[in-house]
Amino acid sequence: MNSGIAISMRNLCKEYTREEFKVVALDDITLDIAEGEFFCLMGPSGSGKSTLLHLVAGIDRPTSGSLGVLGADIADMTDRELARWRSENIGYVFQTFNLIPVLTAWENVELPLQLTHLKRPDRLERARTALEIVGLGDRLDHLPKQLSGGQEQRVAIARALVTDPAIILADEPTGELDAASANEVLSILTTLNRDHGKTIIMVTHDPRAARFARTSRYLDKGRMMEMQTPSVMD
Amino acid sequence: MAIPISYNVRNLRVRKGTTLMTALGIALTVAVLLGIGTLVEGLRNAFELSGNPLHLIVMRQGSTSELVSIVGKASFDVIKFEDGIAEIDGEPMVSHEVVSVVNLGLRGNPEEVANVSVRGLSQVGIKMRDDVQLLEGRWFDPGKREMVVGKGVHAVREGTSIGEKIFYGRGDWEVVGVFSAGRSAFNSEIWVDANLAGSDLGRGSGRSSILVRAKTEADAVALTNRLSDDQRLGLEAERESDYYAKQMSTARPIEVLGVFVAVIMAIGSCFAAMNTMFAAIANRSREIAVLRLLGFSRLSVLGSFMIEALLLSLLGGVLGCLLVLPLNGLEGRIGNAVTFAETTFQFRVTPFYIGIGLTFSVIMGVLGGFLPARLAARRDVLQSLGSN
Ligand SMILES: Nc1ncnc2c1ncn2[C@@H]1O[C@H](COP(=O)(O)OP(=O)(O)OP(=O)(O)O)[C@@H](O)[C@H]1O
Ligand SMILES: [Mg+2]
Repeated sequence: MNSGIAISMRNLCKEYTREEFKVVALDDITLDIAEGEFFCLMGPSGSGKSTLLHLVAGIDRPTSGSLGVLGADIADMTDRELARWRSENIGYVFQTFNLIPVLTAWENVELPLQLTHLKRPDRLERARTALEIVGLGDRLDHLPKQLSGGQEQRVAIARALVTDPAIILADEPTGELDAASANEVLSILTTLNRDHGKTIIMVTHDPRAARFARTSRYLDKGRMMEMQTPSVMD
Repeated sequence: MAIPISYNVRNLRVRKGTTLMTALGIALTVAVLLGIGTLVEGLRNAFELSGNPLHLIVMRQGSTSELVSIVGKASFDVIKFEDGIAEIDGEPMVSHEVVSVVNLGLRGNPEEVANVSVRGLSQVGIKMRDDVQLLEGRWFDPGKREMVVGKGVHAVREGTSIGEKIFYGRGDWEVVGVFSAGRSAFNSEIWVDANLAGSDLGRGSGRSSILVRAKTEADAVALTNRLSDDQRLGLEAERESDYYAKQMSTARPIEVLGVFVAVIMAIGSCFAAMNTMFAAIANRSREIAVLRLLGFSRLSVLGSFMIEALLLSLLGGVLGCLLVLPLNGLEGRIGNAVTFAETTFQFRVTPFYIGIGLTFSVIMGVLGGFLPARLAARRDVLQSLGSN
């Protein structure tokens, strides 16, 4: 596998069978995503965007085709190996933030570090640094419900980056946010990409969000379109 | 590699209503079990401490209790001079005693009468009970209708304070003192002069039993065999400790019923804990999926929810122990199936029973928590995450 390529998909297919029906979520996708890329994925609802992120994160397995992520063939890993690999290499950001409601911002961000060998003071220090990167160094002890949506999403980004993963996957990270909060989140992602060298794949419905990315591609009914995001979407 | 416990503690706190209700159910179960346990422990104490290993109690052959036994003066005169008997102040430590019962009402509720044992004994007989000590007043004068009551009787039965009179035998007897017999069953007795009691009861020189103290353990064994084997006497000697140990049978029906009720309640509490945990897991399925996505293994999730169930049940266990703690030292009473009289005892909440209670609650937590925790661990991450 070429160095310089973070994610490599070859004839990647994903089908779901649901009550006799076969749903083709991803249809023969061949695509390389370079290291340090800020890649945006667009497409109508049900086109397979989330499915693609799930495969890259190793939460789900492809039906056929090959998928290399950071030089590892994740299709061959056991669930245990995958869990470990994921905690080290992938940061995941959701549309609905998904913070643990009973834990403070600081504790939420520290949580993934529980899986490392770091001592508690080091964990807390790194979690604080991550929160400072997203501009929430002064909200350490706030519970999620004491934060605005935009702040919650920034905590979620801090949680995704605290383990220093090479890849950050973001599934409609601005879907629930107002324009101002969305802009903050997008500029944080841009900073992570530009200054910290993270490879970012972001799914979005919002063409304005897509403009923050370096490359945009369009999925339709599980197929990757060759063209750039059509301008009619604006 | 584990999900921090503070995560479980806070979740329990967030839903404090359900947590408390579930814990309270477990607490009541533990309290029932411990209540019975402390009762049995108190009784066991009373009976075990009553039996001196060097003492033999001699009764008529076939008698199961002193109340129904008759031992004449002739036998007493023979036994007095046996070998191997300990002495005090130049006299053999042998006490010819007469046991009967008197009916007394409950303090504050005179209608509720019960049999109380009255033991007629000599000065030697009193001295033979090592733990006995006068709490109030004085000992009875030989030849006078005077009574000294055990502290258990004094605590629960009416008319047993110094200066009060009790009708017994052929007349009124005045209470002149209160004694303590440690934690032994003698606290449940009234002691009077043997000669006067014997004549009041119309027994002449006949009595109920003879208490003998042997010099050594070996003498105790030898005396027991010798006296029982002597055909002329027609008596049976038994180690005092054995005689009282048999009275533990008194507690058995309560013990059985108590354990039965506790087990039924425990099953209920298990299901309550299970229900609570299932609800918690249903509410947190997304959260669980996120934990898995962050890299926590199925085992970590299983462990985390087991810990939550255990914390919940342990809270119940601690509450249950706190509930029974006030019982400690409380005076209890129970009808004794061997002596046909009331035995008083003190409830005893010992560390051992606290340990039993906590262990019992932990078992409920494990049983109630396992299925929900397993469900949480088995949940499919993608499905719980929903379409995102
Ligand atoms: N676990 C699953 N079981 C069955 N079908 C599924 C499953 N996950 C996704 N699908 C189907 O696969 C297709 C692609 O779903 P996916 O969630 O990837 O779409 P999406 O592009 O993310 O849509 P949206 O923009 O609404 O989030 C859909 O038809 C969906 O119904
Ligand atoms: Mg989606």
